[in-house]
Amino acid sequence: MEQLVYSKPESIKDDFKISFCPGCDHGIAAKLVAEVLDELNVREKTIGIASVGCSVFSYDFFNVDIVESPHGRSLAVATGVKRSKPDKVVFTYQGDGDLASIGIGETIHSMTRGEKVTAICINNTTYGMTGGQAGPTTLLGQITTTTTKGRDPEIAGYPIKICELLKELEGTAFVARVSVDTPAAIMNAKKCIKKAFEAQLKGLGTGFVEILATCPTNWKMTPQEAHERVRNEMAQVFKPGIYKDKVSEAE
Amino acid sequence: MGRIVLNRDRCKACYLCMDACPNKVLEADTTVNALGYYPVKVNSEKQCVGCAMCAKVCPDIAIEKVYR
Ligand SMILES: Cc1ncc(C[n+]2csc(CCOP(=O)(O)OP(=O)(O)O)c2C)c(N)n1
Ligand code: SF4
Repeated sequence: MEQLVYSKPESIKDDFKISFCPGCDHGIAAKLVAEVLDELNVREKTIGIASVGCSVFSYDFFNVDIVESPHGRSLAVATGVKRSKPDKVVFTYQGDGDLASIGIGETIHSMTRGEKVTAICINNTTYGMTGGQAGPTTLLGQITTTTTKGRDPEIAGYPIKICELLKELEGTAFVARVSVDTPAAIMNAKKCIKKAFEAQLKGLGTGFVEILATCPTNWKMTPQEAHERVRNEMAQVFKPGIYKDKVSEAE
Repeated sequence: MGRIVLNRDRCKACYLCMDACPNKVLEADTTVNALGYYPVKVNSEKQCVGCAMCAKVCPDIAIEKVYR
């Protein structure tokens, strides 16, 4: 007898529209979040916060209620939603420009307060939606439309290491950096996203996962070349791993 | 023995699934889909094992179901 071993998660709409470019890791990351919501059986009580960036169309595919936030304010919006509806599961889905540049104040303060929410950050070392400008995570030497000779630390400073920063905040309960460049990495990423939701569900504090992701369009690479760059360049600077895990400690 | 359900009109031709498939069951089609891409198609001469690796890596959920 033939058995169903994979099907589209229920937390993705039946008539979903995915507006990401071909081969963009955003699609893999968003699907993992949906799979985790299914597995935790929380879809019907989940409220997502969409950010500004390529993730802005989250309401086109996530099969949950979505609030659209102004650029960078997702974690402030998440704070308001969670405090007014504490029985809901609340998550943000943000680019690294949104979370670590314009929104870094909201990020640091919400996580210092230990808001019981989950934040997922797509780190693609650029501002994807607006056409590939340098962002907070742009690597030294990386050519973008605003660092045409490569990022020079004398002019543009250094890339922010998001997990290393957020693990120091007392309100964070789970902090991890993952990639989605291979099937094995995807399975590991899903485990970490699940823990970031468990941190919220167990009331331990903020759960956070940074996903090293591609932007093939603005990097001007094929999706395959872009995954090579994740491995050979990004993961060398932004080391994947679990930086903080109060979820396992509490078990 | 396995089988995938592929929605060819959702495929944007990134071909990440081709690299993920252990048996090289997927290949590029020669006609375009509704989005204007050359989507993947199943090579019926190759044997799908139903591992779902293609579905895991697909950013567009073009592979909707996998059976084993
Ligand atoms: C207040 C405000 N400032 C600037 C913009 C322009 N803007 C739109 S998306 C974006 C950057 C998005 O980059 P990121 O958060 O890294 O997400 P990605 O698109 O790479 O997924 C910017 C600066 C805006 N919409 N609102
Ligand atoms: S611009 Fe970059 S990050 Fe945005 S959807 Fe396209 S590839 Fe993905």
